[in-house]
Amino acid sequence: MAAAIETEHLTKDFPVGFWRPRPYRALDDLTLQIEAGEVFGFLGPNGAGKSTTLKLLMQLLFATRGTARILGRPVGDVSVRRRIGFLAENPYFYDYLTAEELLSYFAKLFGYRGADVTTRVSRVLDDAGLGAERRKRLRQFSKGMLQRVGLAQALINDPDVLFLDEPMSGLDPLGRRRVRDQILGLRARGCTVFFSSHILSDAEALCSRVAIVVRGRMVASGKLTDILSFGLKGWELVVANVTDEVRAELEKRARQVTPLAHGRFMVDLSPDADPPRLMHELGGRGIEVVSLNPVRDTLEDYFVQTVAAAAPRPTGGV
Amino acid sequence: MRAILLVAGAAFKESVRDRVPYSMVIFAVLMMAASYLISQLTAGQDLKIIKDLGLAALSIFGLLIAVFIGIGLVSKEVEKKSVFALLTKPVTRPQFILGKYLGLVMTLIVNLAVMTVAYYLVLYYMDVMATPALRAGWPAPALDPRLLVAIVLIVAELALVTAVALLFSTFSSPLLSALLTLGLWVAGHFNNDLRRFENVLDVPALAWIARGLYYVLPNLAPFNVKAEVVYGVPVAASHVGYTLLYALVYISVLLTAATATFRRRDFK
Ligand SMILES: Nc1ncnc2c1ncn2[C@@H]1O[C@H](COP(=O)(O)OP(=O)(O)OP(=O)(O)O)[C@@H](O)[C@H]1O
Ligand SMILES: [Mg+2]
Repeated sequence: MAAAIETEHLTKDFPVGFWRPRPYRALDDLTLQIEAGEVFGFLGPNGAGKSTTLKLLMQLLFATRGTARILGRPVGDVSVRRRIGFLAENPYFYDYLTAEELLSYFAKLFGYRGADVTTRVSRVLDDAGLGAERRKRLRQFSKGMLQRVGLAQALINDPDVLFLDEPMSGLDPLGRRRVRDQILGLRARGCTVFFSSHILSDAEALCSRVAIVVRGRMVASGKLTDILSFGLKGWELVVANVTDEVRAELEKRARQVTPLAHGRFMVDLSPDADPPRLMHELGGRGIEVVSLNPVRDTLEDYFVQTVAAAAPRPTGGV
Repeated sequence: MRAILLVAGAAFKESVRDRVPYSMVIFAVLMMAASYLISQLTAGQDLKIIKDLGLAALSIFGLLIAVFIGIGLVSKEVEKKSVFALLTKPVTRPQFILGKYLGLVMTLIVNLAVMTVAYYLVLYYMDVMATPALRAGWPAPALDPRLLVAIVLIVAELALVTAVALLFSTFSSPLLSALLTLGLWVAGHFNNDLRRFENVLDVPALAWIARGLYYVLPNLAPFNVKAEVVYGVPVAASHVGYTLLYALVYISVLLTAATATFRRRDFK
């Protein structure tokens, strides 16, 4: 079976400058393959080329070079559009339509008719938490509410492949939770989800694989477990009831001992310290262990490292 | 086809809820006020003046609606990015353009229909108030159905102007599109003069340019039969037929061009 989404050497130059436009490479040679059923996180700092990639996949932009296929067919193919959903960055819709009118307009464009339209519209509005605002004109919607409408319209056709450009942007904590749950629900249903974000905890919670783009170039990609598993960076031990003598002992064996409130101490141990043995030894001296946690590389650390290490932007053309 | 009609319906709904109702109200109020004033100031001549004024107002207001809504519907959608959601639905770009155009023409027709009703109400009022002697001096009855011929041609002209506006708005900024469209409308009305201009030019190159412009620019003069209708001069059915056919052909060409420029466009 063909990959759900694949790009080959996808490249986009924007002409910049009014008088003598020169190409500015927003996306450089992106080759990606995303299997059906994956939740794929497309990560990168501001201006990395995430939205550009999504727009190329939606054929809102035309590639300078390279190709992109969705469900084995060229992007822009109308038969592909029946099976996908797209949420743009900061979506905007028609001021004078109500949420309900907008969604039934879109549902009808997919060829649904009659009662099917009504039930679909109600379902996606309720899922987005907009059931009460359905008859309100979109002009009166707040940014987060528009974002919710945006997600609702992307789901109106039960897509097989869903493209979301920063789906959590502008949402309150409840809204974020809802979107997370929705994405997890879609994954369970077998829907492929491709989303861009710079909120890394979302990616950690949702993605099976991620790619990191910086200045138009993909600098890393792979399974989160592969990227992060090697990164045990130490142990964080919190203890109470510490005598001065034990404290001196701890200071010898730890990288750092930090006093916390209520007479507790945070002990930073190196990865090769043997916390079970240490606890056993200290336990005999009346120390109370409050918590022990491994410190691992987070996606955030990884992100900061790769972004910092990335090469300066290559300039397209002359 | 269903997609085109759906886009048209949404465009119609949006523009009707937008500014159009206000312009209709303004038009109706102006008409009433003007006719009242004129009937106070003049004697006997007033019916012709009101007929003339009404038709002129109809075409000017219609022009403003055609230009401003015509330009807004596509370029606003591109600028505000609502086009992103729509064009990722199963709608092709040509369907989008044609749907927008149809929605606009529907808006225009509804607008002009309302204005026409207001217009006929004023004329009816004039008719009722007139003395038989006054009425005998009129070249055509107050509620002359031939006025509708002039209005149909105004609608056709506006449909053409809308297509011009739509074409410009697929590649240039809203302000520039508005200016270009208004400019073309003016040029279109003086197009016949280019033909005459050609005959008086000594320099052959300039004559060729004048001739070229004459053929390329829309010729809007034939759409204007206001004077004939107001003075009760007959308008040939063949003239109306050919003019409508001309509009149809010209509009098809414009829409084809609009579709072609829109088809490969990047939405940033
Ligand atoms: N129309 C345009 N003309 C010129 N340059 C552009 C245009 N659109 C985007 N760019 C440039 O392309 C690069 C990538 O932009 P893009 O919008 O894809 O970034 P992004 O990863 O989505 O960023 P963000 O996280 O801020 O949304 C940026 O450097 C931007 O300046
Ligand atoms: Mg972006």
